[in-house]
Formats: sequence, structure tokens, C-alpha cells
Amino acid sequence: MGLDRSVPRPLPLLSSFALLAGNGFMRSLRIICPNGHLGFAPIRVESFRLGVAARPDCIAADSGSDDVGPIPLGTDTSTSPRAWQTHDLEHMLLASRELRVPMIIGSAGDTGADSRVDLYVQIIKDLAAKHALPRFKLGYFYSEIGREDLRRRMRAGETVAGLEGYEALNEAELDATERIVAMAGVHPFVKLLEAGADVIIGGRSSDSCVFAAPAIHHGFAEDHAYYLGKVLECASFCAEPYGGKETVLGEITADAVLVTAMHPAQRCTVASVAGHAMYERSNPYFEHVAGGTLDMSDCHYEQVAPKTTRVSGAKFRRAEEFRVKLEGAGKIGERYVGMVGIRDPYTIAHVDEVMGWARDKVRERFGDAGYELCYTVYGRDGIMGEMEPMRDRPAHELCILVQGVAPTAEMAEEICMIGTRQMFYARLPDVKGSAGSVAFALDEVLRASPSYRWTINHTLRCDDPLELFPTHMTSAGI
Amino acid sequence: MKSQKLAALAKTIRSKNAGVNLITFDIIFAERSTYERVKEARVLTRATVAKLYGIAPERISDFVEFDPANAIKFTIYRLRPSGSPGDPDIFGAQQYAPLLDIEVPVE
Repeated sequence: MGLDRSVPRPLPLLSSFALLAGNGFMRSLRIICPNGHLGFAPIRVESFRLGVAARPDCIAADSGSDDVGPIPLGTDTSTSPRAWQTHDLEHMLLASRELRVPMIIGSAGDTGADSRVDLYVQIIKDLAAKHALPRFKLGYFYSEIGREDLRRRMRAGETVAGLEGYEALNEAELDATERIVAMAGVHPFVKLLEAGADVIIGGRSSDSCVFAAPAIHHGFAEDHAYYLGKVLECASFCAEPYGGKETVLGEITADAVLVTAMHPAQRCTVASVAGHAMYERSNPYFEHVAGGTLDMSDCHYEQVAPKTTRVSGAKFRRAEEFRVKLEGAGKIGERYVGMVGIRDPYTIAHVDEVMGWARDKVRERFGDAGYELCYTVYGRDGIMGEMEPMRDRPAHELCILVQGVAPTAEMAEEICMIGTRQMFYARLPDVKGSAGSVAFALDEVLRASPSYRWTINHTLRCDDPLELFPTHMTSAGI
Repeated sequence: MKSQKLAALAKTIRSKNAGVNLITFDIIFAERSTYERVKEARVLTRATVAKLYGIAPERISDFVEFDPANAIKFTIYRLRPSGSPGDPDIFGAQQYAPLLDIEVPVE
């Protein structure tokens, strides 16, 4: 059946005001979230302090995103500087230890890969030593799945189903993949909370589950636990006026979720909270996580205080089959970039011929295949490409970004150099300027990070919700 | 007929990735009445959006009129996943501009 066996069923309601929780009666649980993508830009400390002063029961944040593209996962790096990651983790850790409440981080280090989990665990240990914090339990879990593990499952008959237009995974695409992470649900977080973790560093995980897990651990119904996660995951993006990286406080009760902006100038309104339900998703009514779907179709929103909106009516529907989302990045090649400018209106009108000339020169040297040469024409359709309604009305000057991608750095450099420099020599029949068709701000091409692509955007069936997410416990502090 | 641009009527007009192969667009109104007026004008539909962006209607994966937020929302498939070579908008954050100039009739 693949049904979830590890998460406690929602416990029966004992009265209108109290729920039986794992460690006693709890009317409500309050969580603060200071950052929608920890490390990507530093948290704003003023509203975080106000959130801590409200004495929450938990401090949590998600630290990952696939928005940053496939390169960090492929190259096993973070896109966020370590100083910013440490800044946010330090504020959260000190507050968590001061209040003696759990701190939970999901999708460590942008990608949630194993090396990123290890990095965050080390940062937490270093911070605990730096501040001589009393000893505490540090739980963590990994989310990577090996290529050969996935291959075995495929050969045993598992269909790795594609999402959003991807076809079912085949072995050729698997072979092209460098690294794969699985998206955890609440399960490894709940397991570590049950084991008494004071701080949890998670591998790749659904944003909302970072917050849903402590609510489920304390016996609150899944319906509003997942909604609590949904509304908190991006911190102040559910508040108005617009302003990121500010702390919000979410409270779950027996029958609703209340969300409050902590920044003095921000408010959580019906419009801002309902509006956030749409953010970054194709459909505002449904949120899919490992093990089920949050259905927000019948949510009711009510402004109950100037800075607080109350939401009820969310439903969580468990999936019949337990499927976990997988993300994988595969390397295309090494990459160089160049750029040129064009001011002559005749040349602008014939820019496709200019690029075509240079592309032909690359073709003469390297043939038709085995590399990529990409032109992005800013001032015409550089941002929207074929969807640009104004692409037949280019500006008075253009900037063209040139990217060459090839198996080796030497080849990528030469492709990019030909593709850039040969534009200078393009032969247009009626051009007045015969000393060069383009302007160079840089007479060079620059090495960029390698080019990767999302090879895996799929789901995999699992027998046990924890099988892809091994948990570990260590300690930190003195 | 007199008209107003969508940019003058909506509080928020934005685009953003929704996963690695979709870009989603949100048009949010501060006033319920404005939202209802734009909905009734039928200037924002699967067909008008496909025409404005010059894409086949099949590239629109979802089109939702989301009453709780006074919002109209649609989502399109990318031609290649975000971050593929030559992708100029990895976050999908600057694809909404053509919506700003949609003319909405004023009765």
C-alpha cells in the first residue's frame, strides 16, 4: 500500500480547547520563521528579535530552493555565501537555546545535498563552541539518493514518473545525471523530534514540512499543520507591504492557523495571506508533499487583529501511494561567456545575420553538434525570447550575451571566442561602418561556472517514508 | 470605448518559477470590484494570454480565477527547464511585462 506508517495519526480531540500532545496538553503551538530561504539574503534582525520576544515554541526556516537553477546541485556547492548562512544560523541558534525550544532547518545550504547538511551541522557545532552553549542534541538527516540505487529500483520495475511535462525517467537521462536529492516530507523531522533533538538540520525537504512537522509531532491535525507550513515557508512574503526576510509568527490551534507579522510596519491581511497561497505554484488550491496533498479550496480567511489573519478550512488528503519528488542535475559542459554591443541602426536591423555569420564560423571549425552556442540579444528579446511581443521593435542599442558550452574548457573558450569576435567581422552588404560591426567593452571571453540542466524532476514510489532519509543524532556545545 | 491599462488597476502583476519547468503569473487586485470588472471584461483568459505571448494554448498548464485573493493566475510551460543553456531568466521573474499594457474597457 505504501501508506505512511511512521507518522502518528492525528489524535482525537479531547475537548474544544485542548489536544493531547506527545508531552502534555497543548492548546496551541507557535512557530516563528525569519527567512524564506535562509542564507540567500540575511535575515532582518529587528523583527526577528520581536518574534523571539513573543516566546514561540519553535524557530524554523527553510534554506533551499530549486529557483537557483541546477548548477549548485550539480557542482555540489551553495549559492549563498557561508558568512550569510552563518549569520542566520547564529541568530536562530542563540534564540533557540535561550528560549529552550527546537530550531529546525530544512534543505540545508540551498540544495539539501549531503555535503550541505554536513556543512550546516559543522556551522552549528562551531557556533555552539564559540558561544560556549550548554550541550544540546543535534539531529540531522540526508536526502541524496545514489544513481545506482535509483537504477536498481528502475530495473526492478519502478516507474520514475515525470512532473510538469517531463517524460518517465530512462537510464540515458539517469546516466547524464550528476547528483540526485529526494524531497523529504515531515517524516524525518518528526522522527528526530521524537528522539529529542534540540536542533535539526535537514537535507532536501518540502518547505512546508519544516513547520508542519513540529505541529504534527505535538498532535495537531495534519490539515492545519500543513497549512501552517504553507503560510510560514516564505516568512514575510505572506505580509504586506512587500518586504522580504522579516519574521512572521504562525500559531496552530485545534481548528485554525493564525499568522501575524512581526515587523512594526507589516501586517498579515486576508489579501496578503490568500495571495501568498498562489506564490510560486501553478495552482493556488493544492500543495503536494511526500505522502499527500494540502487542499486549500475551502480555506476561509478572516482578519482577527490589525496584524493577524486567521485561516481555517484547510484539508490534507493522504495519497494512496507514497511518492517522493526527486531533483537531479546533469552536466552539459564547461562554459565561457562574452558580450558585445551594437549601435548602428542598420546593423541592429540585421543582427540575426551578424550572429549567423559568427555561428557559421564556429560551424566551420567544430561542425554542427557536440557543443552549444547561445546568443541573448538584450534590447530586442533578451529576456522573453520568442514570447516578446515587441521583438520586431528593437532599441537604439543592443547588448548581446554570448555563451559557449562544450565538453572541455579549451573548446568552450574557443567556441565562445569565435562566436563573439567574429561578430566584429560580419559582412553586411550596405553597412556604412566598415571598421567593425560591434563594440567590445571587454576584448576577452570569461570563464563561467559549468553548464548544468535539470535532468530529473520526477517522483518515486517508496515503501517506507523514511527509507530515503537516514536520520542521525549527535551533540554540540559543552 | 474608454479603457484603462491593467497596470493602473492591479496591485500586483508578477511572474515567478513554479518548479523547474513552469512559470506562473499572478495578477492581484486590491479591490473586489476591480477584480470582478476585469474578470467580466474577459481581457484575461487562456485565449488572450496565448495570443499576447504568441504561444500555443497548450503551453498554458493552469488558468485560475482565485476569488479569495482577488487574483487571476495562469501558468505556462517553459520550452526548456530553468537554467538550461541560454535561459535568460532563471527565476522567471521578468516575464510579466506585456500584461501591464492590457487595455481594460471602462463602462
